[in-house]
Amino acid sequence: MRAQTIALMGVVERNTYLVKRYGWWELAFFIWTVANTLTIVFIAKGVEATGGTLDVERQTASLLIGAVIWSYLGIVFEILTETVAWERWEGTIEYTFMAPLSRAVHLVGMGAFGVLYGLLRTAALFAVVALFFGLAFPGANFFAALVLLAVASVSFVGVGMVTAILPLVSPEKGAQLGFIAQGMLLVVSGVYYPVDVMPGWMQAIATISPATYALHGIREAVLDGGDLGAIWSDLWPLLILGVVAIPAGLAVFRAGERYAKRHGKLKRSG
Amino acid sequence: MPYAVEVSGLTKQFVRRQGRKRERLVALDGVSFAIARGECVAVLGQNGSGKSTLVRVLSTLLLHDGGSAHVFGHDVVRDADAVRRLVNRVSVEASFFKRMSASENLSYAARFYGLAPSQTRRQIPEILEAVGFPTARANAPMEDLSRGMQQKVALARALLTSPTLLLLDEPTTGLDPRSKREVQEFIRSVRRAHDTTTLLCTHDMAEAEALADRVGILDGGRLLALDTAEALRRRYDAPTLEDAFLVATGRAFEEEEEEAA
Repeated sequence: MRAQTIALMGVVERNTYLVKRYGWWELAFFIWTVANTLTIVFIAKGVEATGGTLDVERQTASLLIGAVIWSYLGIVFEILTETVAWERWEGTIEYTFMAPLSRAVHLVGMGAFGVLYGLLRTAALFAVVALFFGLAFPGANFFAALVLLAVASVSFVGVGMVTAILPLVSPEKGAQLGFIAQGMLLVVSGVYYPVDVMPGWMQAIATISPATYALHGIREAVLDGGDLGAIWSDLWPLLILGVVAIPAGLAVFRAGERYAKRHGKLKRSG
Repeated sequence: MPYAVEVSGLTKQFVRRQGRKRERLVALDGVSFAIARGECVAVLGQNGSGKSTLVRVLSTLLLHDGGSAHVFGHDVVRDADAVRRLVNRVSVEASFFKRMSASENLSYAARFYGLAPSQTRRQIPEILEAVGFPTARANAPMEDLSRGMQQKVALARALLTSPTLLLLDEPTTGLDPRSKREVQEFIRSVRRAHDTTTLLCTHDMAEAEALADRVGILDGGRLLALDTAEALRRRYDAPTLEDAFLVATGRAFEEEEEEAA
Protein backbone atom coordinates (compact mmCIF):
# COMPACT_ATOMS: atom_id res chain seq x y z
CA MET A 1 0.00 0.00 0.00
CA ARG A 2 2.83 2.38 0.93
CA ALA A 3 4.71 1.48 -2.26
CA GLN A 4 1.62 2.17 -4.39
CA THR A 5 1.05 5.53 -2.67
CA ILE A 6 4.65 6.49 -3.43
CA ALA A 7 4.16 5.28 -7.02
CA LEU A 8 1.06 7.48 -7.33
CA MET A 9 3.18 10.42 -6.16
CA GLY A 10 5.66 9.45 -8.87
CA VAL A 11 3.02 9.80 -11.59
CA VAL A 12 2.05 13.26 -10.33
CA GLU A 13 5.73 14.20 -9.91
CA ARG A 14 6.56 13.21 -13.48
CA ASN A 15 3.71 15.22 -14.96
CA THR A 16 4.70 18.22 -12.84
CA TYR A 17 8.25 18.03 -14.26
CA LEU A 18 6.82 17.89 -17.77
CA VAL A 19 4.64 20.97 -17.24
CA LYS A 20 7.66 22.78 -15.79
CA ARG A 21 9.97 21.74 -18.63
CA TYR A 22 7.41 22.76 -21.26
CA GLY A 23 6.39 25.96 -19.46
CA TRP A 24 6.43 28.22 -22.53
CA TRP A 25 4.37 25.71 -24.48
CA GLU A 26 1.86 25.62 -21.63
CA LEU A 27 1.62 29.41 -21.79
CA ALA A 28 1.13 29.30 -25.57
CA PHE A 29 -1.67 26.73 -25.22
CA PHE A 30 -3.29 28.82 -22.49
CA ILE A 31 -3.32 31.84 -24.80
CA TRP A 32 -4.84 29.68 -27.54
CA THR A 33 -7.53 28.48 -25.11
CA VAL A 34 -8.34 32.07 -24.12
CA ALA A 35 -8.64 33.07 -27.80
CA ASN A 36 -10.79 30.03 -28.56
CA THR A 37 -13.07 30.77 -25.60
CA LEU A 38 -13.44 34.41 -26.65
CA THR A 39 -14.61 33.36 -30.13
CA ILE A 40 -17.42 31.37 -28.51
CA VAL A 41 -18.39 33.83 -25.79
CA PHE A 42 -18.60 36.69 -28.31
CA ILE A 43 -21.51 34.84 -29.95
CA ALA A 44 -23.97 36.25 -27.40
CA LYS A 45 -22.94 39.83 -28.19
CA GLY A 46 -23.05 39.00 -31.89
CA VAL A 47 -26.64 37.76 -31.70
CA GLU A 48 -27.67 40.96 -29.91
CA ALA A 49 -25.83 43.13 -32.46
CA THR A 50 -27.68 41.45 -35.32
CA GLY A 51 -31.09 42.19 -33.78
CA GLY A 52 -31.67 39.07 -31.70
CA THR A 53 -33.26 39.44 -28.29
CA LEU A 54 -31.63 37.72 -25.37
CA ASP A 55 -30.25 38.37 -21.90
CA VAL A 56 -26.73 39.08 -23.15
CA GLU A 57 -24.99 38.93 -19.78
CA ARG A 58 -26.61 35.63 -18.81
CA GLN A 59 -26.03 34.12 -22.24
CA THR A 60 -22.39 35.30 -22.22
CA ALA A 61 -21.88 33.68 -18.83
CA SER A 62 -23.62 30.50 -19.97
CA LEU A 63 -21.40 30.25 -23.05
CA LEU A 64 -18.35 30.92 -20.87
CA ILE A 65 -19.27 28.00 -18.60
CA GLY A 66 -19.66 25.74 -21.65
CA ALA A 67 -16.29 26.82 -23.07
CA VAL A 68 -14.57 26.43 -19.71
CA ILE A 69 -15.93 22.90 -19.23
CA TRP A 70 -14.85 22.06 -22.79
CA SER A 71 -11.36 23.29 -21.94
CA TYR A 72 -11.31 21.41 -18.62
CA LEU A 73 -12.38 18.16 -20.23
CA GLY A 74 -9.75 18.72 -22.92
CA ILE A 75 -7.00 19.00 -20.30
CA VAL A 76 -8.11 15.89 -18.37
CA PHE A 77 -8.35 13.84 -21.57
CA GLU A 78 -5.09 15.25 -22.89
CA ILE A 79 -3.18 14.34 -19.73
CA LEU A 80 -4.57 10.80 -19.83
CA THR A 81 -4.36 10.20 -23.58
CA GLU A 82 -1.37 12.25 -24.59
CA THR A 83 0.79 10.99 -21.76
CA VAL A 84 0.43 7.41 -23.00
CA ALA A 85 1.06 8.55 -26.59
CA TRP A 86 3.98 10.68 -25.43
CA GLU A 87 5.49 7.83 -23.40
CA ARG A 88 5.22 5.57 -26.41
CA TRP A 89 6.96 8.15 -28.57
CA GLU A 90 9.76 8.71 -26.05
CA GLY A 91 10.06 4.95 -25.55
CA THR A 92 9.59 5.21 -21.77
CA ILE A 93 6.29 3.33 -21.88
CA GLU A 94 8.01 -0.06 -21.65
CA TYR A 95 9.77 1.06 -18.46
CA THR A 96 6.52 2.34 -16.99
CA PHE A 97 4.62 -0.81 -17.91
CA MET A 98 7.28 -3.15 -16.50
CA ALA A 99 7.41 -1.28 -13.18
CA PRO A 100 5.54 -2.75 -10.18
CA LEU A 101 3.02 0.06 -10.41
CA SER A 102 -0.57 -1.14 -10.48
CA ARG A 103 -2.42 0.03 -13.56
CA ALA A 104 -5.20 1.46 -11.37
CA VAL A 105 -2.67 3.59 -9.46
CA HIS A 106 -0.96 4.59 -12.69
CA LEU A 107 -4.17 5.80 -14.32
CA VAL A 108 -5.69 7.31 -11.19
CA GLY A 109 -2.41 9.20 -10.67
CA MET A 110 -2.58 10.60 -14.19
CA GLY A 111 -6.24 11.44 -13.70
CA ALA A 112 -5.52 13.14 -10.37
CA PHE A 113 -2.83 15.27 -11.98
CA GLY A 114 -5.16 16.04 -14.89
CA VAL A 115 -7.91 17.16 -12.50
CA LEU A 116 -5.59 19.34 -10.39
CA TYR A 117 -3.85 20.91 -13.37
CA GLY A 118 -7.15 21.23 -15.24
CA LEU A 119 -8.74 23.05 -12.28
CA LEU A 120 -5.85 25.54 -12.13
CA ARG A 121 -5.86 26.22 -15.87
CA THR A 122 -9.65 26.39 -16.02
CA ALA A 123 -9.92 28.76 -13.06
CA ALA A 124 -7.38 31.05 -14.74
CA LEU A 125 -9.28 30.85 -18.04
CA PHE A 126 -12.59 31.62 -16.32
CA ALA A 127 -11.07 34.61 -14.52
CA VAL A 128 -9.40 36.06 -17.63
CA VAL A 129 -12.49 35.80 -19.87
CA ALA A 130 -14.87 37.01 -17.13
CA LEU A 131 -12.63 40.05 -16.64
CA PHE A 132 -12.49 40.63 -20.40
CA PHE A 133 -16.28 40.79 -20.63
CA GLY A 134 -16.69 42.53 -17.27
CA LEU A 135 -18.89 39.69 -16.04
CA ALA A 136 -19.87 39.72 -12.37
CA PHE A 137 -21.31 36.74 -10.55
CA PRO A 138 -22.70 38.32 -7.36
CA GLY A 139 -24.98 35.42 -6.40
CA ALA A 140 -22.84 32.58 -7.69
CA ASN A 141 -22.27 29.54 -5.48
CA PHE A 142 -18.75 28.63 -6.56
CA PHE A 143 -18.42 26.07 -3.77
CA ALA A 144 -21.36 24.05 -5.10
CA ALA A 145 -19.99 24.37 -8.65
CA LEU A 146 -16.59 23.12 -7.52
CA VAL A 147 -18.09 20.14 -5.66
CA LEU A 148 -20.09 19.23 -8.75
CA LEU A 149 -17.02 19.52 -10.99
CA ALA A 150 -15.00 17.36 -8.59
CA VAL A 151 -17.68 14.64 -8.63
CA ALA A 152 -18.02 14.89 -12.42
CA SER A 153 -14.25 14.58 -12.72
CA VAL A 154 -14.40 10.99 -11.46
CA SER A 155 -16.51 10.08 -14.49
CA PHE A 156 -14.33 12.19 -16.80
CA VAL A 157 -11.24 10.31 -15.60
CA GLY A 158 -13.06 7.00 -16.23
CA VAL A 159 -13.86 8.03 -19.81
CA GLY A 160 -10.30 9.35 -20.16
CA MET A 161 -8.94 5.90 -19.22
CA VAL A 162 -10.80 4.48 -22.22
CA THR A 163 -9.34 7.10 -24.55
CA ALA A 164 -5.86 6.63 -23.02
CA ILE A 165 -5.58 3.12 -24.47
CA LEU A 166 -6.27 4.34 -28.01
CA PRO A 167 -2.64 5.33 -28.76
CA LEU A 168 -1.60 1.77 -27.95
CA VAL A 169 -4.26 0.16 -30.10
CA SER A 170 -3.69 2.64 -32.94
CA PRO A 171 -0.26 4.26 -32.47
CA GLU A 172 -0.67 6.66 -35.40
CA LYS A 173 -4.21 7.98 -34.88
CA GLY A 174 -5.16 6.93 -31.37
CA ALA A 175 -4.39 10.22 -29.66
CA GLN A 176 -6.60 12.11 -32.12
CA LEU A 177 -9.44 9.73 -31.31
CA GLY A 178 -9.31 11.18 -27.81
CA PHE A 179 -10.33 14.55 -29.21
CA ILE A 180 -13.19 12.88 -31.06
CA ALA A 181 -14.39 11.33 -27.79
CA GLN A 182 -14.22 14.75 -26.12
CA GLY A 183 -16.26 16.33 -28.92
CA MET A 184 -18.84 13.53 -28.95
CA LEU A 185 -19.29 13.76 -25.20
CA LEU A 186 -19.87 17.49 -25.27
CA VAL A 187 -22.05 17.72 -28.37
CA VAL A 188 -24.73 15.56 -26.71
CA SER A 189 -24.36 17.28 -23.34
CA GLY A 190 -25.60 20.78 -24.13
CA VAL A 191 -22.24 22.46 -24.11
CA TYR A 192 -23.52 25.77 -25.58
CA TYR A 193 -27.28 25.11 -25.72
CA PRO A 194 -30.00 23.44 -23.67
CA VAL A 195 -30.19 19.67 -24.10
CA ASP A 196 -33.89 19.87 -25.05
CA VAL A 197 -33.13 21.60 -28.39
CA MET A 198 -31.47 18.39 -29.63
CA PRO A 199 -33.28 15.53 -31.41
CA GLY A 200 -34.80 12.89 -29.14
CA TRP A 201 -32.10 10.27 -29.79
CA MET A 202 -29.38 12.75 -28.82
CA GLN A 203 -31.29 13.66 -25.66
CA ALA A 204 -31.40 9.96 -24.79
CA ILE A 205 -27.61 9.71 -25.10
CA ALA A 206 -27.29 12.90 -23.03
CA THR A 207 -28.78 11.11 -20.03
CA ILE A 208 -25.71 8.85 -19.74
CA SER A 209 -23.15 11.61 -20.34
CA PRO A 210 -21.56 13.00 -17.16
CA ALA A 211 -20.93 16.30 -18.98
CA THR A 212 -24.73 16.86 -19.23
CA TYR A 213 -25.09 16.94 -15.44
CA ALA A 214 -21.83 18.85 -14.94
CA LEU A 215 -22.87 21.63 -17.36
CA HIS A 216 -26.45 21.88 -16.07
CA GLY A 217 -25.46 21.83 -12.41
CA ILE A 218 -22.58 24.27 -12.73
CA ARG A 219 -24.78 26.72 -14.65
CA GLU A 220 -27.39 26.46 -11.92
CA ALA A 221 -24.80 27.06 -9.18
CA VAL A 222 -22.98 29.92 -10.93
CA LEU A 223 -25.85 31.69 -12.70
CA ASP A 224 -28.67 31.08 -10.19
CA GLY A 225 -26.70 30.59 -6.98
CA GLY A 226 -27.97 27.02 -6.51
CA ASP A 227 -26.62 25.28 -3.41
CA LEU A 228 -25.82 21.57 -3.05
CA GLY A 229 -29.49 20.83 -2.37
CA ALA A 230 -30.57 22.64 -5.51
CA ILE A 231 -28.07 20.77 -7.69
CA TRP A 232 -28.71 17.38 -6.10
CA SER A 233 -30.63 16.29 -9.20
CA ASP A 234 -27.34 16.68 -11.09
CA LEU A 235 -25.10 15.35 -8.33
CA TRP A 236 -26.64 11.92 -7.78
CA PRO A 237 -26.46 10.81 -11.43
CA LEU A 238 -22.81 11.91 -11.40
CA LEU A 239 -22.14 9.82 -8.31
CA ILE A 240 -23.63 6.74 -9.99
CA LEU A 241 -21.78 7.41 -13.27
CA GLY A 242 -18.54 7.86 -11.33
CA VAL A 243 -18.92 4.52 -9.57
CA VAL A 244 -19.41 2.83 -12.95
CA ALA A 245 -16.94 4.86 -15.04
CA ILE A 246 -13.68 4.14 -13.18
CA PRO A 247 -13.97 0.31 -13.08
CA ALA A 248 -15.28 0.33 -16.67
CA GLY A 249 -12.42 2.58 -17.82
CA LEU A 250 -9.87 0.39 -16.07
CA ALA A 251 -11.34 -2.78 -17.58
CA VAL A 252 -11.18 -1.31 -21.10
CA PHE A 253 -7.61 -0.07 -20.55
CA ARG A 254 -6.52 -3.48 -19.27
CA ALA A 255 -8.11 -5.19 -22.27
CA GLY A 256 -6.28 -2.76 -24.58
CA GLU A 257 -3.03 -3.34 -22.70
CA ARG A 258 -3.41 -7.11 -23.13
CA TYR A 259 -4.01 -6.57 -26.85
CA ALA A 260 -0.90 -4.38 -27.11
CA LYS A 261 1.19 -6.95 -25.22
CA ARG A 262 -0.14 -9.79 -27.37
CA HIS A 263 0.67 -7.98 -30.63
CA GLY A 264 3.87 -6.22 -29.56
CA LYS A 265 2.43 -2.71 -29.80
CA LEU A 266 3.98 -1.29 -26.65
CA LYS A 267 7.25 -0.98 -28.47
CA ARG A 268 7.96 2.26 -30.27
CA SER A 269 8.50 1.78 -33.97
CA GLY A 270 10.13 4.62 -35.84
CA MET B 1 15.67 -23.40 -4.86
CA PRO B 2 14.17 -22.12 -8.12
CA TYR B 3 16.29 -20.93 -11.01
CA ALA B 4 16.59 -17.19 -11.49
CA VAL B 5 15.17 -17.69 -14.98
CA GLU B 6 13.52 -20.84 -16.25
CA VAL B 7 12.16 -20.85 -19.80
CA SER B 8 10.55 -23.91 -21.32
CA GLY B 9 9.32 -24.34 -24.90
CA LEU B 10 8.70 -20.61 -25.26
CA THR B 11 7.03 -19.60 -28.51
CA LYS B 12 5.97 -16.24 -29.91
CA GLN B 13 4.74 -15.29 -33.35
CA PHE B 14 3.75 -11.94 -34.78
CA VAL B 15 1.30 -11.41 -37.58
CA ARG B 16 2.06 -8.73 -40.13
CA ARG B 17 -0.36 -7.54 -42.74
CA GLN B 18 0.96 -6.83 -46.20
CA GLY B 19 -2.01 -5.64 -48.19
CA ARG B 20 -4.55 -8.46 -47.97
CA LYS B 21 -1.95 -11.03 -47.05
CA ARG B 22 -1.12 -11.95 -43.49
CA GLU B 23 2.41 -12.97 -42.82
CA ARG B 24 3.45 -14.89 -39.72
CA LEU B 25 6.86 -14.07 -38.28
CA VAL B 26 8.30 -16.51 -35.79
CA ALA B 27 10.11 -14.61 -33.06
CA LEU B 28 10.64 -17.44 -30.57
CA ASP B 29 10.44 -21.08 -31.55
CA GLY B 30 10.46 -23.44 -28.58
CA VAL B 31 13.19 -21.74 -26.57
CA SER B 32 14.21 -23.55 -23.38
CA PHE B 33 16.97 -22.70 -20.92
CA ALA B 34 17.63 -21.94 -17.27
CA ILE B 35 19.85 -19.41 -15.52
CA ALA B 36 21.12 -20.00 -12.01
CA ARG B 37 20.98 -17.27 -9.39
CA GLY B 38 23.95 -14.89 -9.71
CA GLU B 39 24.91 -16.20 -13.15
CA CYS B 40 25.48 -14.03 -16.22
CA VAL B 41 24.27 -15.50 -19.49
CA ALA B 42 24.82 -13.78 -22.83
CA VAL B 43 22.60 -14.45 -25.81
CA LEU B 44 24.13 -13.79 -29.22
CA GLY B 45 21.98 -13.25 -32.25
CA GLN B 46 21.43 -11.06 -35.25
CA ASN B 47 18.74 -8.39 -35.46
CA GLY B 48 15.43 -10.22 -35.59
CA SER B 49 16.78 -13.40 -34.04
CA GLY B 50 14.37 -13.06 -31.10
CA LYS B 51 16.68 -11.57 -28.44
CA SER B 52 14.53 -8.52 -27.70
CA THR B 53 11.35 -10.60 -27.79
CA LEU B 54 12.85 -12.87 -25.14
CA VAL B 55 13.77 -9.87 -22.96
CA ARG B 56 10.28 -8.39 -23.38
CA VAL B 57 8.57 -11.64 -22.41
CA LEU B 58 10.75 -11.89 -19.28
CA SER B 59 10.02 -8.28 -18.36
CA THR B 60 6.22 -8.85 -18.74
CA LEU B 61 5.96 -6.51 -21.75
CA LEU B 62 4.93 -9.22 -24.21
CA LEU B 63 2.53 -12.13 -23.83
CA HIS B 64 3.96 -15.32 -25.28
CA ASP B 65 1.92 -17.80 -27.31
CA GLY B 66 3.14 -21.08 -25.84
CA GLY B 67 5.52 -22.61 -23.35
CA SER B 68 6.34 -20.99 -20.04
CA ALA B 69 8.72 -18.48 -18.49
CA HIS B 70 9.44 -18.14 -14.79
CA VAL B 71 11.54 -15.60 -12.89
CA PHE B 72 12.59 -16.85 -9.46
CA GLY B 73 9.66 -19.28 -9.63
CA HIS B 74 7.08 -16.63 -10.60
CA ASP B 75 5.20 -17.12 -13.85
CA VAL B 76 5.70 -14.01 -16.02
CA VAL B 77 2.00 -13.85 -16.93
CA ARG B 78 0.18 -15.13 -13.85
CA ASP B 79 2.53 -13.53 -11.29
CA ALA B 80 3.50 -10.50 -13.36
CA ASP B 81 3.44 -8.15 -10.35
CA ALA B 82 5.92 -10.31 -8.44
CA VAL B 83 8.18 -10.53 -11.50
CA ARG B 84 8.12 -6.75 -11.97
CA ARG B 85 9.41 -6.22 -8.44
CA LEU B 86 12.47 -8.37 -9.24
CA VAL B 87 13.39 -7.27 -12.76
CA ASN B 88 14.80 -4.20 -14.43
CA ARG B 89 16.16 -3.65 -17.87
CA VAL B 90 18.58 -1.59 -19.94
CA SER B 91 17.88 -1.57 -23.66
CA VAL B 92 19.71 -0.36 -26.72
CA GLU B 93 17.69 2.86 -26.73
CA ALA B 94 18.19 4.92 -23.59
CA SER B 95 14.51 5.87 -23.43
CA PHE B 96 13.80 8.94 -21.34
CA PHE B 97 11.66 12.06 -21.32
CA LYS B 98 14.27 14.02 -23.22
CA ARG B 99 13.41 17.46 -21.87
CA MET B 100 13.59 16.24 -18.29
CA SER B 101 16.92 15.97 -16.51
CA ALA B 102 18.69 12.78 -15.45
CA SER B 103 17.71 13.47 -11.82
CA GLU B 104 14.07 14.02 -12.72
CA ASN B 105 13.90 10.89 -14.88
CA LEU B 106 15.51 8.79 -12.16
CA SER B 107 13.39 10.33 -9.44
CA TYR B 108 9.96 9.52 -10.89
CA ALA B 109 11.11 6.08 -12.12
CA ALA B 110 12.30 5.21 -8.59
CA ARG B 111 8.88 6.19 -7.18
CA PHE B 112 7.28 3.54 -9.41
CA TYR B 113 9.35 1.00 -7.43
CA GLY B 114 8.24 2.42 -4.09
CA LEU B 115 11.35 4.52 -3.33
CA ALA B 116 10.41 7.60 -1.32
CA PRO B 117 11.93 11.07 -1.87
CA SER B 118 13.92 10.71 1.37
CA GLN B 119 15.69 7.66 -0.17
CA THR B 120 16.26 8.99 -3.68
CA ARG B 121 17.67 12.34 -2.52
CA ARG B 122 20.72 10.41 -1.31
CA GLN B 123 20.71 7.47 -3.72
CA ILE B 124 20.43 9.28 -7.06
CA PRO B 125 23.67 11.31 -6.73
CA GLU B 126 25.42 8.19 -5.38
CA ILE B 127 24.38 5.93 -8.23
CA LEU B 128 25.10 8.57 -10.88
CA GLU B 129 28.59 8.89 -9.47
CA ALA B 130 28.97 5.11 -9.41
CA VAL B 131 28.18 4.78 -13.14
CA GLY B 132 30.66 7.55 -13.91
CA PHE B 133 28.08 10.18 -14.79
CA PRO B 134 29.28 13.74 -14.12
CA THR B 135 27.05 14.90 -11.27
CA ALA B 136 27.33 18.51 -12.43
CA ARG B 137 25.17 17.49 -15.43
CA ALA B 138 22.49 15.80 -13.31
CA ASN B 139 20.03 18.65 -13.82
CA ALA B 140 20.70 19.14 -17.54
CA PRO B 141 17.97 17.96 -19.95
CA MET B 142 18.63 14.46 -21.28
CA GLU B 143 18.54 15.78 -24.85
CA ASP B 144 21.72 17.76 -24.10
CA LEU B 145 23.65 14.65 -23.04
CA SER B 146 25.78 12.40 -25.24
CA ARG B 147 24.55 8.90 -26.10
CA GLY B 148 27.14 7.43 -23.73
CA MET B 149 25.98 9.61 -20.85
CA GLN B 150 22.34 8.75 -21.56
CA GLN B 151 23.19 5.05 -21.44
CA LYS B 152 24.90 5.54 -18.08
CA VAL B 153 21.71 7.14 -16.78
CA ALA B 154 19.80 4.13 -18.15
CA LEU B 155 22.08 1.84 -16.16
CA ALA B 156 21.59 4.02 -13.09
CA ARG B 157 17.80 3.83 -13.55
CA ALA B 158 17.92 0.04 -13.62
CA LEU B 159 20.28 -0.31 -10.67
CA LEU B 160 18.52 2.28 -8.50
CA THR B 161 15.72 -0.25 -7.99
CA SER B 162 18.16 -3.02 -6.92
CA PRO B 163 16.93 -5.61 -9.45
CA THR B 164 17.55 -9.26 -8.67
CA LEU B 165 17.42 -9.98 -12.41
CA LEU B 166 19.02 -7.47 -14.76
CA LEU B 167 18.04 -7.73 -18.42
CA LEU B 168 20.56 -6.03 -20.70
CA ASP B 169 19.42 -5.72 -24.30
CA GLU B 170 22.42 -4.53 -26.31
CA PRO B 171 23.40 -2.00 -23.62
CA THR B 172 26.61 -0.90 -25.36
CA THR B 173 25.46 -0.81 -29.00
CA GLY B 174 26.37 2.52 -30.56
CA LEU B 175 28.62 3.65 -27.74
CA ASP B 176 32.13 4.93 -28.35
CA PRO B 177 34.91 2.55 -27.17
CA ARG B 178 35.56 4.48 -23.95
CA SER B 179 31.89 4.62 -22.92
CA LYS B 180 31.50 0.98 -23.89
CA ARG B 181 34.39 -0.02 -21.66
CA GLU B 182 33.03 2.06 -18.75
CA VAL B 183 29.58 0.50 -19.04
CA GLN B 184 31.04 -3.01 -19.26
CA GLU B 185 33.24 -2.36 -16.22
CA PHE B 186 30.22 -1.15 -14.29
CA ILE B 187 28.25 -4.29 -15.20
CA ARG B 188 31.17 -6.35 -13.87
CA SER B 189 31.31 -4.34 -10.65
CA VAL B 190 27.56 -4.78 -10.10
CA ARG B 191 27.96 -8.54 -10.44
CA ARG B 192 30.85 -8.49 -7.96
CA ALA B 193 29.06 -6.31 -5.42
CA HIS B 194 25.48 -7.60 -5.62
CA ASP B 195 23.73 -10.91 -6.01
CA THR B 196 22.41 -9.89 -9.42
CA THR B 197 21.56 -12.39 -12.13
CA THR B 198 22.17 -10.99 -15.62
CA LEU B 199 20.79 -11.87 -19.03
CA LEU B 200 22.81 -10.00 -21.64
CA CYS B 201 21.59 -9.88 -25.23
CA THR B 202 24.28 -8.59 -27.51
CA HIS B 203 25.81 -8.44 -30.96
CA ASP B 204 29.24 -8.10 -29.48
CA MET B 205 31.15 -11.40 -29.29
CA ALA B 206 33.97 -9.94 -27.20
CA GLU B 207 31.48 -8.42 -24.77
CA ALA B 208 29.65 -11.73 -24.43
CA GLU B 209 32.88 -13.61 -23.80
CA ALA B 210 34.18 -11.02 -21.34
CA LEU B 211 31.05 -10.64 -19.24
CA ALA B 212 29.15 -13.91 -19.38
CA ASP B 213 29.57 -17.26 -17.67
CA ARG B 214 27.72 -18.95 -20.53
CA VAL B 215 26.88 -17.87 -24.06
CA GLY B 216 23.77 -18.80 -26.04
CA ILE B 217 23.28 -18.63 -29.80
CA LEU B 218 19.78 -17.59 -30.86
CA ASP B 219 18.89 -17.84 -34.53
CA GLY B 220 15.47 -17.54 -36.14
CA GLY B 221 13.88 -17.74 -32.72
CA ARG B 222 15.64 -21.02 -31.88
CA LEU B 223 18.28 -21.37 -29.19
CA LEU B 224 20.90 -23.43 -31.00
CA ALA B 225 23.36 -23.72 -28.15
CA LEU B 226 24.06 -22.50 -24.63
CA ASP B 227 27.38 -23.23 -23.01
CA THR B 228 30.63 -21.60 -21.96
CA ALA B 229 32.46 -19.77 -24.74
CA GLU B 230 35.24 -22.36 -24.56
CA ALA B 231 32.79 -25.25 -24.87
CA LEU B 232 31.09 -23.59 -27.85
CA ARG B 233 34.41 -23.18 -29.64
CA ARG B 234 35.17 -26.86 -29.00
CA ARG B 235 31.69 -28.01 -30.00
CA TYR B 236 31.83 -26.22 -33.35
CA ASP B 237 35.56 -26.80 -33.78
CA ALA B 238 36.06 -23.06 -34.23
CA PRO B 239 39.01 -20.87 -33.22
CA THR B 240 36.81 -17.92 -32.19
CA LEU B 241 33.30 -17.36 -30.88
CA GLU B 242 32.42 -15.60 -34.13
CA ASP B 243 33.48 -18.68 -36.07
CA ALA B 244 31.44 -20.84 -33.73
CA PHE B 245 28.43 -18.61 -34.40
CA LEU B 246 29.04 -18.89 -38.14
CA VAL B 247 29.16 -22.68 -38.03
CA ALA B 248 26.14 -22.93 -35.70
CA THR B 249 23.88 -20.67 -37.77
CA GLY B 250 25.32 -21.31 -41.20
CA ARG B 251 25.72 -17.63 -41.98
CA ALA B 252 27.83 -14.60 -41.15
CA PHE B 253 27.02 -12.59 -38.08
CA GLU B 254 26.49 -9.38 -40.05
CA GLU B 255 23.56 -10.83 -42.03
CA GLU B 256 20.27 -9.67 -40.62
CA GLU B 257 16.96 -11.42 -40.39
CA GLU B 258 13.72 -9.54 -40.70
CA GLU B 259 12.99 -8.04 -37.32
CA ALA B 260 9.85 -9.35 -35.68
CA ALA B 261 9.71 -7.28 -32.51
